[in-house]
Amino acid sequence: MNIIVCIKQVPDPEIPPAKFRIDPEGKRVMPPEGVAPVTSVFDERAMEAALQLKDKYQAKVTAVTLGVSSAKSAIRHALSIGAEEGIHIQHEAAGELDSFETASVLTKAIEKIGDYSLILCGRQAADWDAGQVGSIIAENLGIPVVTVARKVDLKDSKVRVESVIQDGYRVIEAPMPALVTVSSEIGLPRLPTGAGILKASRIKIINWNVQDIGAELQGVKRSQLLRLYIPVRETKCQIIEADTVAEAAFELALRLRKAKII
Amino acid sequence: MAEFKGVMVCAEFVNGKMSPITMELLGIGRRLADDLGEELSALLIGKEAAPFSQQAVAYGAQRVYLVSNPLLDSYNSDAYTGAITSVCRQVNPSIMLLGQTDTGRDLAPRLAVRLGGGLAMDCIDLSIDPETKLMLQTRPVFGGNAYAVMITPTARPQMATVRPKTMSPLERDDTRQGEVIPLEIGIESSLIKAEIIETVKEEVEGIKLEEAEIVVTGGRGIGTVEGFDVLRKLAGVLGGAVGATRAACDEGLAPTTMQVGQTGKIVSPNLYIAVALSGAVQHLAGCSGSKHIAVINTDPEAYIFKVAEWGIVADYKVTLAPFIEKCKELSTQ
Ligand SMILES: Cc1cc2nc3c(=O)[nH]c(=O)nc-3n(C[C@H](O)[C@H](O)[C@H](O)COP(=O)(O)OP(=O)(O)OC[C@H]3O[C@@H](n4cnc5c(N)ncnc54)[C@H](O)[C@@H]3O)c2cc1C
Repeated sequence: MNIIVCIKQVPDPEIPPAKFRIDPEGKRVMPPEGVAPVTSVFDERAMEAALQLKDKYQAKVTAVTLGVSSAKSAIRHALSIGAEEGIHIQHEAAGELDSFETASVLTKAIEKIGDYSLILCGRQAADWDAGQVGSIIAENLGIPVVTVARKVDLKDSKVRVESVIQDGYRVIEAPMPALVTVSSEIGLPRLPTGAGILKASRIKIINWNVQDIGAELQGVKRSQLLRLYIPVRETKCQIIEADTVAEAAFELALRLRKAKII
Repeated sequence: MAEFKGVMVCAEFVNGKMSPITMELLGIGRRLADDLGEELSALLIGKEAAPFSQQAVAYGAQRVYLVSNPLLDSYNSDAYTGAITSVCRQVNPSIMLLGQTDTGRDLAPRLAVRLGGGLAMDCIDLSIDPETKLMLQTRPVFGGNAYAVMITPTARPQMATVRPKTMSPLERDDTRQGEVIPLEIGIESSLIKAEIIETVKEEVEGIKLEEAEIVVTGGRGIGTVEGFDVLRKLAGVLGGAVGATRAACDEGLAPTTMQVGQTGKIVSPNLYIAVALSGAVQHLAGCSGSKHIAVINTDPEAYIFKVAEWGIVADYKVTLAPFIEKCKELSTQ
């Protein structure tokens, strides 16, 4: 069984808000200084889901990314935790693509890979949080899609997914090939081992560009960014100080009471 | 080419009721439609839907499209995608709104592909540009570190999903008049590829997080499962519910159904008590609608203090016991 995992490299989404900078004119987010980009969290979890299937059923896992030159390190990371094959579709303007364009490039890449039973994507990317690419790829390919998975398994010839909903989950079965988007509920991703890193260093990452795979990006954008800004958050916090913590706690309760909140 | 006109809202139902997000969508939909001088319609799907036509009108819809078919009795992504696509091809709305809910976020991208529309997910504000008449779609990006205003210049419909609790519904007005139009749509069972085998409820007991007036949320700093029991005790005393950050869920301190945030539950209680959590933007996305926020954290630099009204810089382990005691005492007065 072949599993394709689509991963995206993003600026570290967990930097302190004070370090987050934009260029409002250029409508761009400035990469935080001295902080390395990371694989988007949900894509890491999609990778983890693929590796769990591989552990259980044997599978070949191919990691694919569309991104600038540095995105190669995301593929290297995927190889070091257990992917067999890595494809980097190098595109220096990847950051300017909308979800439809990104999905159309990835669709072409997946068609070129050809032989697959399952495609796994993160539920959304941790930069633009658009939450569309996985579903668009599935629609493009005309295959079933199940979103926001907390568990991915096989049953007979189908993929069996637990899809997160507000108050629990749905068990959904779909014939393969299928696409599943994965959420953090699946659990923490594994870390590379020394042996894994060594093995990964011997694998040659496949390099494609947008032309190689026949993707065209000349269309009018369906979605356009008009303005980007940082919202103002007011600070009005009263820090309650007292001789002892217990007194501070009493005081907080009293203030909440006075404000008729409790 | 067909002319695209009007605003359409995709309604949702839970437990035999119209979901609050539907009323919120009708409220914002009404404003958009008025600004365009066009009509607002509501799309009601499923066997439960028909009795709610009048309610949709009372909350602002001028037209209600009713679609019923045995294949649509309960939610199925493939069937609903097919049905809504076919309705939109008949009605041709220029704007289409869904909730950023389990179903809305599942359906919207699929519909956008089939209809050829443009889509902005998880919007917190929508308006009409007075000059271009395009819908301006404001959505948090980078977890909420920045806001982006998006437009869909030429693709139609202009689609958006809306984050729950960010729009206010209109006052219910049962004197409003509207037209109810049943629509016939043919969908084949062969269309359904992904099948829902079972729906499992994992609701924690007590007050629902999303409905609680007081929410006590613990973060990674709680450190132990027992620590969360103390939060439950506090919530019990206050008549509230307990939430958790993703880090706390990841570490197994709390079940994932308790996660509050951008990719968890959205809460907007009267009081949010944030304990041993740092206040990552992705977390704030789920609680910034709270009226009052109180914080207990050992680190005075934690970002959560920036959005709070009251704070105590201390270890929760020594703060909560006296706090619970005092709250109990006050509640019996
Ligand atoms: C795309 C994306 C989506 C995400 N979605 C969500 C989401 O929906 N919800 C969510 O919560 N997160 C989400 N996150 C994760 C988020 O970025 C943070 O990692 C997470 O919220 C941090 O959780 P925390 O505050 O509990 O942990 P930390 O950031 O580790 O904070 C722990 C805090 O506890 C304090 N502390 C430690 N010990 C004590 C003590 N004894 N007493 C008092 N205070 C103490 C520390 O000072 C610290 O401030 C998302 C991230 C990404 C990238």
